[in-house]
Amino acid sequence: MGRLAKITRRTFLGLGLAAAGGLAVGYYYYRKPYANPLEGLLAEGEQTFNPFLTIGQDETITVFAPRAEMGQGVHTTLAAFVAEELNVGLDRVRVDHGPPSPAYYNEAMLKEGGPFAFFDESISAELTRTAMGVIAKFLAMQVTGGSSATVDAYVKMREAGCAARHVLVAAAARRWEVDAATLEADNGQVTNPATGDSLTYGALAAEAAALDPPSDIVLRPRDEWRLLGKPQKRVDLMDKVTGGRIFGIDVELPEMLYGTVKMSPHFGVGAKAANLDAARAVPGVRDVVPIETTTGKGFGIIADHTWAAFKGAEALEVEWEDAPYPADTGGLSALFDQALDRDPDFELGTTGDVVAALDAAPASEMLEATYSAPFLAHATMEPMNATARLKDGQLEIWTGTQAPGIVQMTAATLLGLERDAVSVTTTRLGGGFGRRGEVDYPLYAAALAAHTDGRPIKVTWTREEDMRHDTYRPMAKARFRARVPNGAMPSALDATFAGPSIMKSVLTRTFPDMSPMGPDKTLVEGAHDQPSLIENRRFAGCVVDLGIPVGFWRSVGNSMNAFFYESFLDEMAEKAGMDPFEFRLSILNGAEHRPAREVLTQAAIMADWGTPLAERSGRGIAHTISFGTWVAQVIEVTDTGDGIRIDRVCCAADPGLVIDPVLFRDQMMSGIVFGLSQAIGQEITFAGGGVEQENFSDFDAIRMAQCPRIEVELLENSPKMGGAGEPGTPPSVPALANAIFAATGKRLRDLPFTREVEFV
Amino acid sequence: MTLTVNGTNHDITADPEMPLLWVLRDLLNIKGPKFGCGVAACGACTVLIDGQPVRSCSLPVSAVDGPVTTIEGLAPDGRLHAVQQAWIDHQVPQCGYCQSGQIMAAAALLADNSQPDDEAIDAWMDNLCRCGTYPRIKAAIKDAATRGET
Repeated sequence: MGRLAKITRRTFLGLGLAAAGGLAVGYYYYRKPYANPLEGLLAEGEQTFNPFLTIGQDETITVFAPRAEMGQGVHTTLAAFVAEELNVGLDRVRVDHGPPSPAYYNEAMLKEGGPFAFFDESISAELTRTAMGVIAKFLAMQVTGGSSATVDAYVKMREAGCAARHVLVAAAARRWEVDAATLEADNGQVTNPATGDSLTYGALAAEAAALDPPSDIVLRPRDEWRLLGKPQKRVDLMDKVTGGRIFGIDVELPEMLYGTVKMSPHFGVGAKAANLDAARAVPGVRDVVPIETTTGKGFGIIADHTWAAFKGAEALEVEWEDAPYPADTGGLSALFDQALDRDPDFELGTTGDVVAALDAAPASEMLEATYSAPFLAHATMEPMNATARLKDGQLEIWTGTQAPGIVQMTAATLLGLERDAVSVTTTRLGGGFGRRGEVDYPLYAAALAAHTDGRPIKVTWTREEDMRHDTYRPMAKARFRARVPNGAMPSALDATFAGPSIMKSVLTRTFPDMSPMGPDKTLVEGAHDQPSLIENRRFAGCVVDLGIPVGFWRSVGNSMNAFFYESFLDEMAEKAGMDPFEFRLSILNGAEHRPAREVLTQAAIMADWGTPLAERSGRGIAHTISFGTWVAQVIEVTDTGDGIRIDRVCCAADPGLVIDPVLFRDQMMSGIVFGLSQAIGQEITFAGGGVEQENFSDFDAIRMAQCPRIEVELLENSPKMGGAGEPGTPPSVPALANAIFAATGKRLRDLPFTREVEFV
Repeated sequence: MTLTVNGTNHDITADPEMPLLWVLRDLLNIKGPKFGCGVAACGACTVLIDGQPVRSCSLPVSAVDGPVTTIEGLAPDGRLHAVQQAWIDHQVPQCGYCQSGQIMAAAALLADNSQPDDEAIDAWMDNLCRCGTYPRIKAAIKDAATRGET
């Protein structure tokens, strides 16, 4: 225990030192706002008020969303923040992605990046959140991730709208030489009720933008909100039902060439020998060039159209170097088993003395189980693609990215340019799920743009390339031991998790000069940070170094750990002879756990928990708090004889504050379908050092016929605001496993469940 | 060869094996049909040929034997098709990438069966959506059907 405690403390020091180093640069810089990146980008007659807003003479109001729109509806919600305070309807507002800029840094994402439970309000947890907020501003990370976009924008984008309204009113007051307090701003114009005079925002914009924004902004109180808290129409629907050219893959530029890549299927190595002649001979192929970046090695094909590029890639004859890791899934799996047997690398969320409690336990009270989850691909609908042009020392990139600033930085490094010489235009994203926070696809486009004499090139991956060169949701295993007296609360829970470190993998390929600090909480999140009153508990992480790229996959560590942990809770309930719902209520009995009890109770009510079901049907329940949102789900299944049918999902979620109930509900449903898709069949396996799956034919997801009825209800008991994009995913997998146990008596401990049961 | 797309004739010079999708996207700059898989597994590239839904990523352009309609041609007079309007009313799209294909498949379904029940929708609509918009797709199809103007 002593050794582990020290490691945990050292982690803390690691964080603290980073924060102190930053602070030494000067508190002044932390307070100082970043420059407005829109200043240099204004069209004729357009004015900017802050990094989030421009108003044109023609009354066009444009909101710049600092986060990527990939289906979560974030453009709609973030625009509503500005519109609420600017006193305009959402239909008056255009929304676009901002350019890469430190002004768009994501504070909320890093704030909850520390190794604490969301509901932990201890001094050390709060100090870490403050320090992380400061670090966030210094790092200026403009990233869409961690279900943090709405939380991060909640104050700053309302303030952006409010400040602009104030200066618009002030400008009108100057013109009319009256007291600003006597004027009203609404529906895009400022009015003087005394005289009936009015001026539009567009007419006032130039004078208003020259005024200093007020320092004492008072935001509209919640009970007076006009747009927020109510469902808004998504701002991008028309484009999305008419085939609008909004995605990265739709970019079309004059003189554009088309390309694709064929990267080494063995990660971390490149070509041993290659014959490029056949590929170069394909009609329409102009050139084949080697690519070497921190994200991978291989070849790029430059062609007259995408089809020729694909044919060229197919014709490449390459012998790849051998993979520097066990070549097949069996060999990889053994490394995880070995990791579980050795001393762990770190502990998080440990309390009491687990070892003593388990040592003293009679055999009849002991419960043990081991769980596993495979690697998973993101499989976004839009395959990876990016367009790049390198001309006159300037690199331009067009792509759907969750991290435009990191794309800018890494592309500049790759081509030896200053960061200022690289521009990034973020298109809409045809799915992200974490995959589009990576920089490999824009880097490959940038690499090919160095070979096209200044012509732009759009580089599109085949689905096969996409499936076989992902940054995978890591494979993981977990071993649980618990002491569970019959009819009582368990007194000890010992949980050990083995898996690769996502943070290390991301840093290695993205910022090879940076070294990771402290333990990677993604190994244990979804377990160590869950509400529990079990007296003695330990959550330990064993890092498995593989060299296979792993990354952030919708809900990250929660996507597998919630399955492990919440399934084992069910096993403990069974052992204790208690109802799984009642059992959860009893271990979530702390005052700070109230939101968990409320969502569990709500989901149970929605699903008529406890009432009889048809024979061979069953209900399962699970709860996970992730990204600040408490989510409970009850899933109902039937064993049809031909396979398991998922009949119904009842979901209750509590993000503390619901900004848009319909968009939030849609994210829960989306997260549930995403989670169930992994449960019922997704798996990435290795053979010969490469990924075996290649397309939706062998890595599929739920389709219409398998999609259950999903009901969602939202509560607001949580004292802090949580996210929407990811928290629906984690509890869906254990709720399904627990339902299958209830229906069939079969306890599923290995994902995907198709290893043991079939689904209809 | 000549290809009729959304009522316009195009003279095409292309490898006869080039899939219709890439002719549309890269040669004719018609970007509504999307590339998702290249093996007819996801349906993002769905277009209509003679009114029948076809996965254009796997159909050689030389095999096209009728007029092609892409989502750009679904509402030629600028008025949205009933399916498109229902998609807006039900806020179906999330990322939106699969929705051109979903809408084309749904339009073809309603042309074939004006009042599809759940089973008919499940059987016909097997396009992939990674955002999981299926419940709203189903509701929107039923709504479009009741408007009876497909």
